[in-house]
Amino acid sequence: MNETVPARNIGSYVPMIDGPEKVSGRAKYTADLIAPGMLAGRMYRSPHSHAEILEVDIAEALRLPGVKAIVTGADCDRTFGVLPIARSEHPLARDKVRYRGEPVAAVAAIDDATAKRAVGLIRLKVRELPAYYTAQAALVPAACNIHAHRPGNVERDVLFELGSVEQGFGDADLVREASYNCAEVCQNQMEMHAAVADYDRERDRMTVHASTQVPYYVHLMLAQILDMDMSRIRVVKPHVGGGFGCRTETLNVELIAALLAKRAGGCVRMMINREETFITHRGRPETDIRLKLGLRRDGRITAVECECYQRGGAHSGYGVVTILYAGSMLYAIYDLHNVKYIGKRVLTNTPPCGAFRGHGTVDIRFAFESLLDQMAQELELDPIAVRRANYLTAPTFTDNDLMVNSYGLPECVDWVERASGWKARKGRLGNGKGLGFACSHYISGASKPVNWTGEPHATVKIKLDFDGSIVVLSGAADIGQGSTTILAQTVGEVLGLDLARIRVLTGDSEVVPKDNGSYSSRVTFMVGNAAIDAAHHLRRVLVEAAARKLEAKPEEIECLGEIYRAGAQDKGLTFNEVVTEALRDTGTITVTGNYSTIPQSHGGKKYRGAAIGGTMGYSYSAQVVEVSVDEDTGVVSVDKVWVAHDCGKALNRLTVEGQVQGSVWMGMGQAMSEETAYHDGLLITGNMLDYRVPTIEDSPPIEVGIVESNDPHGPFGAKEAGEGSLAAFLPALTNAIADAIGVRFNDLPVTPDRVFAAIEKRRRAHNGRSRAA
Amino acid sequence: MARLLELMLNGRPRTDAVADNLLLLDYLREIVGLTGTKTGCDGGECGACTVLVDDRPRLSCLTLAATMQGRRVDTIESLARDGRLSAVQRGFHEKLGSQCGYCTPGFIMASAGLLRRNPSPNENEIRAALGSNICRCTGYVKIIEAVKYAAELHAAGASP
Repeated sequence: MNETVPARNIGSYVPMIDGPEKVSGRAKYTADLIAPGMLAGRMYRSPHSHAEILEVDIAEALRLPGVKAIVTGADCDRTFGVLPIARSEHPLARDKVRYRGEPVAAVAAIDDATAKRAVGLIRLKVRELPAYYTAQAALVPAACNIHAHRPGNVERDVLFELGSVEQGFGDADLVREASYNCAEVCQNQMEMHAAVADYDRERDRMTVHASTQVPYYVHLMLAQILDMDMSRIRVVKPHVGGGFGCRTETLNVELIAALLAKRAGGCVRMMINREETFITHRGRPETDIRLKLGLRRDGRITAVECECYQRGGAHSGYGVVTILYAGSMLYAIYDLHNVKYIGKRVLTNTPPCGAFRGHGTVDIRFAFESLLDQMAQELELDPIAVRRANYLTAPTFTDNDLMVNSYGLPECVDWVERASGWKARKGRLGNGKGLGFACSHYISGASKPVNWTGEPHATVKIKLDFDGSIVVLSGAADIGQGSTTILAQTVGEVLGLDLARIRVLTGDSEVVPKDNGSYSSRVTFMVGNAAIDAAHHLRRVLVEAAARKLEAKPEEIECLGEIYRAGAQDKGLTFNEVVTEALRDTGTITVTGNYSTIPQSHGGKKYRGAAIGGTMGYSYSAQVVEVSVDEDTGVVSVDKVWVAHDCGKALNRLTVEGQVQGSVWMGMGQAMSEETAYHDGLLITGNMLDYRVPTIEDSPPIEVGIVESNDPHGPFGAKEAGEGSLAAFLPALTNAIADAIGVRFNDLPVTPDRVFAAIEKRRRAHNGRSRAA
Repeated sequence: MARLLELMLNGRPRTDAVADNLLLLDYLREIVGLTGTKTGCDGGECGACTVLVDDRPRLSCLTLAATMQGRRVDTIESLARDGRLSAVQRGFHEKLGSQCGYCTPGFIMASAGLLRRNPSPNENEIRAALGSNICRCTGYVKIIEAVKYAAELHAAGASP
């Protein structure tokens, strides 16, 4: 009797398979790719916020010994951008500069010191234009257009009303309206942007290594900018030091490096520093929200009216999508009818915003959960009971046609209520201490890809050869979230094989199948499903081979991972014997797995852009935050966070916990300390001391509850885990502060000076009342 | 101006001609080729470049290479012994103290420095020792677990 059992690879705590490289210093990131003879690249950036370019004088810089190439906007009249409908950005500014720090010229030289000197010799002559640093300023009728094709500086207007808000507010027992402001925040991932471009003039081929989340988009944009056939370009993604959305579109860094390499006929390493990485930006826009809710005494939300302004920066980027998400994702968390949304994405003379973790949903969720908490308090309802009164029942479609198949929010809410001791502790913690509660959600990949080509959403290949090792080939970009590990786990699970047998190759366009990239939390869901499909194909091939060898029918073969047998009494074949048999007819075996979303998940057509928000599965999160507020200094300490996340099924509990903790903590940075600031368009927070991210000494314990709603379409039931828990932290924090000191903060971040000012104001008002009495 | 620098780098004696203004960080990465030590900021903000100088954590981006004359410098590449991860490396790997991995060498060197002077730190001591290192992925929760676990492994005989 054989005791072999298939290896189990999902559902447990699995350290990342590329972890040993990372902890030993062997993992290579783009800037680590040092080659003899490579040139150093540097950029000359605009000192003006908005100006017409009269001349870019590079003559003196070109004469400097050691300078090998200089490129300017004159060398490339082509544009790039992530959305096919909004590709209006030049890698190097032409005609106009639109924000302070926009690249105008770039130098490749024999070393960095020479490149730096050459940049100092470049002269820019301009005619200054009026510049607009806020959405409000850019929208005044007299403002000149930052982009000629965007009159009034409006990138996108969104308006929809589904149901009737008038009727909804009429049905409410309480209607309240409030305004919120969320400061602009930046990903500030630890690895600064870098690219290494190597042009082979003899063969007219370009190889680019880039710190990106989207190697395929980089490939597309390189072809467009360089005017090269895509087949002559190779894009490699080495290890990437985080992204959080700032690398979900092609950046000027890799494009400029490639332009320089082509001009120089060699290899150029472009490393930009921390300040320049901040200026490259693609963070979350400053957002102004006016929100009006109607609430009944039984806790039901009767109407939502939301107006949202985003300061998008100088280029389109993902802007159209961001402003649409902010509206569409009002839905799919609660059972809402009677919703009106007015969104305006505005162009300004500040660095371009992008798709920061929780794309489009975070600031709106902050406003919504804050106002709901405030109204619950006014009606003397438990904020948790109010959420319970508004649950969806899955499966369902929302009023804006979003498909919800699995819905673990109730279990998330129950978990944090229990774990935090909410019932016993809320309102009883004493002076200056409080508990706050909030919920959030996110998509598991946008159901309609940015570049619609008709291909499957994800493709994975598996190669099996004489050595019996499984090589998984995928374009999925591991940026630290662990997608490479998930690929190994899913394939290993289907085949019943230990991870030791499995290798995963990613990130080289010459070898791996195309993948759209790591954004909108699509990889586990879409690439995971494609990997399962590929593994099933391979398993079929192996089962058929085993059947031939054992002279049995395929349906009689039992696959135990390392052993294939025809019945319990059969000692069976080893995996290597099955592989040898399988290879006899065809030689090396390669199988392909695909995944495509279903049309019902593509959102609706009730308003322009209604497809945004459509996904195969929504993740859900609930949080309780406990704070202490020092009323003498205004310092808020987060003592503890309880967070429950519905990820459908935790394929890897270790990385799910890590992603959820990281999301919560990143929400904490936005809520409590992070904000960019500009002086006349000059970024004055371009370092990690002025752009203040929480340190280990400021950071609380974060206890994670994993809720598994087993999504019917998810890979083994899984949904996303890396974004959905960010948003709930922000309102849970301000709700906790309100619970602690009775003051509500509608503007983020809630810094000690803001808290102190609010406490002082209340104290003065109280003293005034006391005197009057 | 350049001068001759003699130091003990990762347990091996080494001599290089270095410019007076060369940073230790650039010396390690660009001259020696030890790219495990990372550049994460424009100087002294993030801790990614932390190395040990005579067992004490030090920011290599704020240190001139020339000042390392006669000193003992250890980088992330020095920790594994005979192909085995050290206690701190194992902790960061197994407890997911490392996600994208970019801040990891700095955190690991700062933690190794901590364990060399205090083999059984409590949580506050861990937080204090890592207070000048920034991580953007983990929220630090699993970094603290990683260092606690490393201290246990260290106590059981593993090198830090």
